[in-house]
Amino acid sequence: MTRSARRTRRLLRLAGAGAAAVLALTACSSSSDSSDAPDTGTPGSSGASASPKLSGTVTVFAAASLKESFTTLGKEFEHRHPGTKVSFNFSGSDTLAASITGGAPADVFAAASPRTMKTVTDAGDASGAPVTFVRNQLEIATRPGNPAKVSSLKDLTKSGLKVVLCDKTVPCGAAARKALDAAGIELTPVSYEQDVKSALNKVELDEADAAIVYKTDVKAAQGKVRGVEFPESAGAVNDYPIAALKNGRNTEAAQAFIALVRSADGQKVLGEAGFLKP
Amino acid sequence: MTHTDPHPHEQPADGTSPAPAPGTPERAATAPEPAAGGLDARLVVDRSGFRLDVTLKAAPGEVVALLGPNGAGKTTALRALAGLTPLTDGHLHLDGTALEHTPPEARPVGVVFQDYLLFPHLSALDNVAFGPRCQGVGKAEARARAAAWLDRMGLAGHAATKPRRLSGGQAQRVALARALATRPRLLLLDEPLAALDARTRLEVRAGLRRHLAEFEAVSVLVTHDPLDAMVLADRLVVVEHGRVVQQGTPADIARHPRTDYIARLVGLNLYRGRAAGHTVRLDAGPAVTTTEELSGPAFVAFPPSAVTLFRDRPSGVSARNLWRCEVTGLETHGDRIRADLTGDLPLAADLTTVAAAELDLRPGTPVWATVKAAQTHAYPA
Amino acid sequence: MTSLDKPGAAAGPRPGRPRRRRAGAGGRRGVPLPLLLPGLLALAFLLLPLLALLLRAPWRALPRQLGSTEVWQALQLSLISATAATAVSLVLGVPLAWLLARTEFPGRGLVRALVTLPLVLPPVVGGVALLLALGRNGVVGQWLDAWFGITLPFTTTGVVIAEAFVAMPFLVISVEGTLRAADPRYEEAATTLGASRFTAFRRVTLPLIAPGIAAGAVLAWARALGEFGATITFAGNFPGRTQTMPLSVYLALQNDPEAAIALSLVLLTVSIAVLAALRDRWMTTP
Repeated sequence: MTRSARRTRRLLRLAGAGAAAVLALTACSSSSDSSDAPDTGTPGSSGASASPKLSGTVTVFAAASLKESFTTLGKEFEHRHPGTKVSFNFSGSDTLAASITGGAPADVFAAASPRTMKTVTDAGDASGAPVTFVRNQLEIATRPGNPAKVSSLKDLTKSGLKVVLCDKTVPCGAAARKALDAAGIELTPVSYEQDVKSALNKVELDEADAAIVYKTDVKAAQGKVRGVEFPESAGAVNDYPIAALKNGRNTEAAQAFIALVRSADGQKVLGEAGFLKP
Repeated sequence: MTHTDPHPHEQPADGTSPAPAPGTPERAATAPEPAAGGLDARLVVDRSGFRLDVTLKAAPGEVVALLGPNGAGKTTALRALAGLTPLTDGHLHLDGTALEHTPPEARPVGVVFQDYLLFPHLSALDNVAFGPRCQGVGKAEARARAAAWLDRMGLAGHAATKPRRLSGGQAQRVALARALATRPRLLLLDEPLAALDARTRLEVRAGLRRHLAEFEAVSVLVTHDPLDAMVLADRLVVVEHGRVVQQGTPADIARHPRTDYIARLVGLNLYRGRAAGHTVRLDAGPAVTTTEELSGPAFVAFPPSAVTLFRDRPSGVSARNLWRCEVTGLETHGDRIRADLTGDLPLAADLTTVAAAELDLRPGTPVWATVKAAQTHAYPA
Repeated sequence: MTSLDKPGAAAGPRPGRPRRRRAGAGGRRGVPLPLLLPGLLALAFLLLPLLALLLRAPWRALPRQLGSTEVWQALQLSLISATAATAVSLVLGVPLAWLLARTEFPGRGLVRALVTLPLVLPPVVGGVALLLALGRNGVVGQWLDAWFGITLPFTTTGVVIAEAFVAMPFLVISVEGTLRAADPRYEEAATTLGASRFTAFRRVTLPLIAPGIAAGAVLAWARALGEFGATITFAGNFPGRTQTMPLSVYLALQNDPEAAIALSLVLLTVSIAVLAALRDRWMTTP
């Protein structure tokens, strides 16, 4: 109720300011409102008193695998900084990177691979160097009960077994390829899925017998798939970098959000989702 | 009204028989007895707000015209005969076979549709060959038959022509050939000449008459044009409001119309009344003196040309069949003027252009109208 | 009327003249401005993104992009599967259109609405629905698997099915419209000549509505060619088997936008060439 009222008021303020302003609505919060000292204080303690000046919306573009944990952290952020709102865009890291280099008004980018982050930094769209905040390890996802009796990466090459991988253009696919190559295993999947959730879906729907996905995805599936760890995954651990963006309109809040993610509390939430510490 | 046939105008001259004969010598006027051959049908079709109930009988070789105003149910009757509209009740026997539950494709019935409905993507030849092909005739044989039919219709040179390149008259003949090529036992024609212009109509009518005369099975044609009906048909069945109101030979119907619709069609003034001797007291008011001697309910008819008009009450004329009227409308009718009158008796009168000019007729002009008793024709209602 | 004329009248002494001159300037005689302006605007709106694609195309990198076999593999697969999907749509969709247009049955309105459902459904959802129906564990799919050993996901057949699912409604709607506009009495005329209803349909109705069918088929083909969501969800993505051009474009977009643009240009060029060729052959009104 109040949020919509606030948004309406903002809308009215913006009315007539032109299409550009309306487009920027999701990230809108005039910088003059929060031009005071940026809040770089250590989060974890009650942040509400530490950064009383934070307000407005902070727009976070985050890899799809971060959906559950970041949503939790977003609520925590809003709770600690009343008057702020965290708006998320969860998607494939590459899609997000393309949007950002295309000029999308985002404050924070959390990518599932250094490579996608690199496209953003190369384009000069990041402010400051990205930092790795979590790492994600691969796991084999099978049907509950593991009817195909998959216990190792090698088992995936059994004939008649339908395996899906992520496409090599998306991070989980690149990581899987790395692990397979390192193990010297030749695996022909039935499909290279567009993102990790699609790969997982195929197993959940029993269209595929197994998929190589992230540990966090297995965890997020809440028992609909079963995770099988494999030692080769250690060689293909994926770093998740995060960075504030130049196009952002709410720099202070962006920094505060990144700080929360990297804080002990943030790491706890991420750890519960299956992420490894950096 | 639009088509005045000279035919009925001649009728009063020889219409002297005191009691009109139910039949005329030259053609069989009564419906033939239901025999093994020919058509014997009672068509009942109920639709929302409309009921068709028509009995039709025809012998092989006979041409029957269903004549009636628009909306009378003629086309519904035709569709029922073809099987395109299901019967609510009644029966349909053709050459002794019951057809009422037979689907249209299995009926030995050929139809010439009003706008012909030639298949636009097929040549004239393939249109005609379509029926035989559907009956299982081989392609070459069907085409040969179709070519023969086109030849018979004088269209040998148009075999490869697509329908849209055919003239109206040619299309009509292709449609006829297409219907006949299935060797039907019943040929149905829906307003066969309506789509043609006046000049083509004259030629096509003559050609159609010849083909119908050659056709050995029953033909039923639907028309609202009395001239077409009279030229083409041996017998007319007049349908109004879904019912048969009169049937007989064209001559009989032209001479003894029994409804206003028919009277108008054949160009007669028609009145209903009660006869006593040589006088018929009309339901409309005045009496008409006739040469026939009748008693009881009767019709009186006379052609508009039998009416003479005067501006002043004619002194030398007897008071019989003299009515005071007023002109309501004038229209040219060939070389004559048709005047519509109201007053003592509503009637139509024909007069020469000269006479009309001398009388200085215009709408609203009061006139006196007379008809000689010898030119009226009375018959029992 | 008079008040409407006033603004025009202000330009000259006679109210009629300026308007007439303006109409003349509009090019062809009798093209009213209220139609011309929005029409041109619509054209610009439709062409502008394509123009931008052309302007930003990496022309120099294009030969290298087009040199890869994957591109040609995907293009070939796209053309084959879109054509097959159109064929499936024709074989099944035209009879459905006939049923909808020419027969009476209870709930026909509902059925017609249901037919258009795949148009409204987000294609990805359509893909999931297809998985639930025809997947290895799907409502029907499990029997296909158990009885015939047929599994459709991850196969080229699956691509065709996904594309047909999304494209067929276009054909059905187009053909049904044509059928409704066509005179049903031609079918009646055929039956009076001894043709069964099916023969009448095959030999008379079908040729009569051929232009409508062609238009519907082109729509369906174009839709199938561009299909992405249902295809990648139902059939997955494997080069040479299920990776069609749109999938290839989408995945290229992930890390190589230039390649994506190049691939899009190939897809556009081929589809424009095919559509233009078909238009000349099928759709010229005789």
